[in-house]
Amino acid sequence: MNAKALWHTAGVVLLNAAGNFALSVGMKRAAAAAGPIMALLEPAAMGGIMLLIAWMLLRLRLLQIADLSFVLPITAVGYILNAAMGAAFLGEHVSLTRWAGAVLITGGAALTSLTPAEGAPAQQSELPAKGRQGEAA
Amino acid sequence: MTAQWLLVAAVVACTACADLLQSHGMRRGGARWKVPLSILFLAASFFSFTQLLRIADLSFAVPATAASIVVETLLARLVLREPVGWKRWGGAVLAAAGVALLAF
Repeated sequence: MNAKALWHTAGVVLLNAAGNFALSVGMKRAAAAAGPIMALLEPAAMGGIMLLIAWMLLRLRLLQIADLSFVLPITAVGYILNAAMGAAFLGEHVSLTRWAGAVLITGGAALTSLTPAEGAPAQQSELPAKGRQGEAA
Repeated sequence: MTAQWLLVAAVVACTACADLLQSHGMRRGGARWKVPLSILFLAASFFSFTQLLRIADLSFAVPATAASIVVETLLARLVLREPVGWKRWGGAVLAAAGVALLAF
């Protein structure tokens, strides 16, 4: 694994955690009277949404340069990182069972994504015969 | 607590519908309507997630939405008829156990 992929991976994990963190701060800071949509206009929430858009774009870039079987397990550590951010910066009480839950989920996500990606071949299109004729033409 | 789990259920259900539609559309036809519909479900999922973050801890909200791994593994087997090996089932069981621990 080259350094470029490692930097991208670190960026993906950190952007996800930072985006969720900022979104959480913004949504909780929004006035109680603010509706579900107006709450999204809270600056921190907007910042969180921007960070999550950046996360998605960087993740796409990472998928260009690294195998999916590398990306998925390693980015699953985000579940633990989000819990750690909540505990460290938002003053959330994270019980031992919640930590254990986050660790199990990370392990489960990693194990799931370590399986081969290929499966049954795609089946014939379900488009009606007329549609398929049109496409063939 | 009930509202939190209802929002988790909304996030998970919308995510699972979106992924199911995308996979089905891209592999078995109908992408022209399934993929746009999946984007609507993704938007609904993200909106539900923002509302979840309004009332729940970050350390609960993000791990709890991993229940989608369990639901999507089941749907992949039952709806998409994908082969699911022991590693995937094991991963889904671990994730389910982790989400269950969040309830305590």
